[in-house]
Amino acid sequence: MNRFEYVIPKSVDQVVALLKGGAVLKAGGIDLLDQMKEGTIAPTRLINLNALAALRYVRTDATGLRLGPTATLAQIAADGAVRGRYAALAEAAASAANPQIRNLATVGGNLCQRPRCWYFRAAEFPCLKKGGPTCFAKEGENKYHAIFGGGPSYIVHPSTMATALCAFRANLHILGPGGKTREVPLDKFFTLPTIDAYERENVLAADELITEIALPAPPEGTRSAFLAAKERQVHDWPLGEVAVFLTMRGETCQAAQVVLGAVAPIPWRAAGAEAALAGKRVTADVAAAAGRAAVAGAKPLHGNGYKVALMQALVARAVHVAAARRS
Amino acid sequence: MARKVRTTVGYDGHFKDLEVDIPEGEPAPWDARSALTLVSQRVPRVDAVLKVTGRAKYTYDVHPPGMLYAKILGSPHPCAKITKLDLSKARALPGVKAVWSEKVGKKLLFQGQEVAAVAAVSLDVAEDALKLVAVEYEKRPFVNDLEKARKPDAPQVFDSGPVPPPRRVPSGAEVTHAGNVRTIVATQPPGVDIGKALAQAEVLVEGTYRTQVQTHSALETHGTVAKWEGDHLTLWSSTQGTFATRDQIAEALHLPKDRVRVLCDFMGGGFGAKLNAGPYSVIAARLARDARAPVKLMLDRKEEHLATGNRPDSAQWLKLGAKRDGTLVGLHLKSYGTPGVGTGAGVSGPARAIYKIPALRTEESDVFTNAGEARPFRAPGHPQGCFALEQAMDELAEKLGMDPLALRKKNLKNPVQVAEVERGAALCQAWRGRGRPGAAKGVVRRGVGVACGVWYHNVNPATQVQIDIHNDGRVEVKNGAQDIGTGTRTFMAQVAAEEMGIPLDLVTVRMGDTSLPIGPGSGGSCTTPSIAPTVRAAAYQARLKMVGVAAKLLKAAPDELEISGGRIHAISDMARSITWKQVAARIPGDKVSVLASRAAEYQVFQEQVGGVQFAEVEVDTETGQVRVRKVTAIQDCGRPLNRLTAESQVNGGVIQGVSYALFENRQLDRTSGRMCNPNLEAYKICGANDCPDIEGVLVDVSNAGNNAGVSGIGEPTTVPTSAAIANAIYNAIGVRMRELPITPDRVLAALHKGGGR
Repeated sequence: MNRFEYVIPKSVDQVVALLKGGAVLKAGGIDLLDQMKEGTIAPTRLINLNALAALRYVRTDATGLRLGPTATLAQIAADGAVRGRYAALAEAAASAANPQIRNLATVGGNLCQRPRCWYFRAAEFPCLKKGGPTCFAKEGENKYHAIFGGGPSYIVHPSTMATALCAFRANLHILGPGGKTREVPLDKFFTLPTIDAYERENVLAADELITEIALPAPPEGTRSAFLAAKERQVHDWPLGEVAVFLTMRGETCQAAQVVLGAVAPIPWRAAGAEAALAGKRVTADVAAAAGRAAVAGAKPLHGNGYKVALMQALVARAVHVAAARRS
Repeated sequence: MARKVRTTVGYDGHFKDLEVDIPEGEPAPWDARSALTLVSQRVPRVDAVLKVTGRAKYTYDVHPPGMLYAKILGSPHPCAKITKLDLSKARALPGVKAVWSEKVGKKLLFQGQEVAAVAAVSLDVAEDALKLVAVEYEKRPFVNDLEKARKPDAPQVFDSGPVPPPRRVPSGAEVTHAGNVRTIVATQPPGVDIGKALAQAEVLVEGTYRTQVQTHSALETHGTVAKWEGDHLTLWSSTQGTFATRDQIAEALHLPKDRVRVLCDFMGGGFGAKLNAGPYSVIAARLARDARAPVKLMLDRKEEHLATGNRPDSAQWLKLGAKRDGTLVGLHLKSYGTPGVGTGAGVSGPARAIYKIPALRTEESDVFTNAGEARPFRAPGHPQGCFALEQAMDELAEKLGMDPLALRKKNLKNPVQVAEVERGAALCQAWRGRGRPGAAKGVVRRGVGVACGVWYHNVNPATQVQIDIHNDGRVEVKNGAQDIGTGTRTFMAQVAAEEMGIPLDLVTVRMGDTSLPIGPGSGGSCTTPSIAPTVRAAAYQARLKMVGVAAKLLKAAPDELEISGGRIHAISDMARSITWKQVAARIPGDKVSVLASRAAEYQVFQEQVGGVQFAEVEVDTETGQVRVRKVTAIQDCGRPLNRLTAESQVNGGVIQGVSYALFENRQLDRTSGRMCNPNLEAYKICGANDCPDIEGVLVDVSNAGNNAGVSGIGEPTTVPTSAAIANAIYNAIGVRMRELPITPDRVLAALHKGGGR
């Protein structure tokens, strides 16, 4: 690990002022320290966001749910209001990693973590995401890689929180240099691996900080569910996951938001599944049709074709679970 | 003086007398009639409190004053030649105290092979220094795939230099070597024509099975702390072989053995990977000598996966034939497996050992590849072999229309195992209520499967135990072998206290130190059967000496006395007695000291141990996920010395078996030849939520063979698990999983292909 300056900031303004010239934010440190230990990054300065207690909160009010960027996954998973009105979010927070990590990992860090691809994570592989010439997954070992939106990089976005937050149409409040603020809808935050953005997964600039994650209040009649499929039932990156957010009138689904995780370089909106649900009574057949629609257009690689059948089933199940819930 | 003794051998409901020849200085064997109060009971580990409070010191915890930290630079390439090597910048870094490297021109055969190493005042400085080691490599063609390596035009792994010799060659076997493939062909009985034998079969099954490379992944990594005092070297090592480490280090450094002392007080797991000194120990000793300071060199998890051993993979083809009544007539087994740059990919152990097979032909190939060497791993060859053979047995039973247990019982060699199969069937409710294969309905389907496994009774005769009885009555039991976490220290105390008739707390065990009497390496499940009878022999001899002292004090003949409850008394008159401590106080000199050697094995009831496991699984037919809900494991090991630690071996074996069946897989990148998952995040090991309920049942066998009637139990418990799980999955979904690990992608592929949905 490289030498670095460690800063305990006094205020959010100070954070922004310090966030330049190779400085990075450290919250839970889960992702950051892994990369530093592997030597794939060498930041000059770590700014410890955990020092700012004002950034760690989970609040509900009339406008909806507000999460401070350093609210921990454990905190979110245990919050009564989140569990009640944002069930899929609480389930996602409880699904990620393991209890020890959830006690430290923050929602902001979870959204901004780098890919978990084994080529990206190892210093020996100069992959596209690290400024190298190629994505090794394409011809290599791609069991855990993308079936949607891949190319030229085939990573999957690792943020379980993003999958759920996208389904709830979360907005990010971002603070930049000079106190400049902006709001970015979460589904506009993540970026596909295009030529000018191989080495990033989102639009957050190096000198910017997420100050809040805001979720609108769910209207009456909404129900949600989150499901993940993993190889192991302990800490394991999911093979695939899905968050479903349904607006119901009686047994009929008026509108649906279906977001898939761990299958694309960004949280993957399953518009086909949403269309298959809109205006329908949610029967087993309709849920199955949503599952089929969710995976239409998947482009699996040589090693991950199984994800298509798996996601088809998972989406149908999550729709079924959500619809069966009392709102 | 040697003598003949009649002893009772057998198992529950099946006892008989056996006349055995007891060597001189040995007590008669404990048998089914022996009334023991400490041995065969449930005794908590004598070091349990030390371990759970963190006071037990492992190699990692050793910090001699002035100690330096060392780190190795491993080859980043699967095959390359070192063309340039410049250590000057590394050497010049402040804090660096010694540097070691390979020579320019050295051909490196696997990723992670040692290139250079430094010792420095901190691990950070050592890591920085390694970045300053300037190495240039000439990359060479490599091969790391079992199938590709078999092709005649594949890069030759050993194009120069010696090929590792095969580990075990059955007598009369033919060994051939072409390209990367070394094949051992053996027949049993010798010269049998397998084609003719199988032509007599009325029912045949045939199939190909594949297993993966599994790394040992002990929680404590390999490592050592080396300290020189003059020309004496002390090594604290995480090792399964204190004496092997001593001997190999002495040889590598051209030192007499008595100048090297290896210590291992506590050990965080080995599973077969830590039987030898390893290059890191030699490097640490050299760095310590050059730096004139103690050096700690602990490997990290990546090095652990790359360079410290693994269980080879396998591709096995079997053809198994039987008569209509289920009597086996022959088995033809061809297998390929890659031990990397090591050896030992054979899988025929189960085929030779479990069933009466009148004609057996095995053709087993080591296929060399550019990857870290295979090493013995908890029952080498057996989990692989069992995975194939026990599924073939199930297929055969189905084709014969026979109950799978009836087919096994008809052909098992060992009557104890027949009883175990019956016991398991009685205990496992799911087995009795099982449906036909594939008959289960619904999305998540339950199934149950069974598999048998065996292991050998191995003894290392180079075992000695010293017992000192001090004049305050305390007893020290000494053997220099290591307790690798299985509870060796505890049973040594139990056996000594039992034989001497004294309380456990009078006994202190000293082990893990080559300045103590010689002991075995912990391989082949030989530790208990090597050490326990030697402890008992020493305790027996020490007891006779104490009785001799007491006889004078009580004015009795020694054979009129016995010891129990810490008192030495007349057999005929309990009141005529004296305490152990009173006798000890009258020991001439200041102690009674006895050194006993492991006596040769004598007549035995059963030469192998056996077990059977029933696995209950749930298969999600939509996601391909498999959950193992329960494993009922019946196992014998002769006399279990301590039921708690023996059951712990059953639990550990089953958990590691589940891990092998469902999760673990060394993934190499096909393009670069490097390992994709050299960590414990992407190399997946069974976690707490993945562990099934385990019902472990020990079947006591009064076995003779040695004075304690013991065999090992460390290895056999992991042998049948993966096969039982695969058979359970077949029972659940009607589709056979012929490749490990059984992951969701493979289950889904098999379901879609097999039409099982």
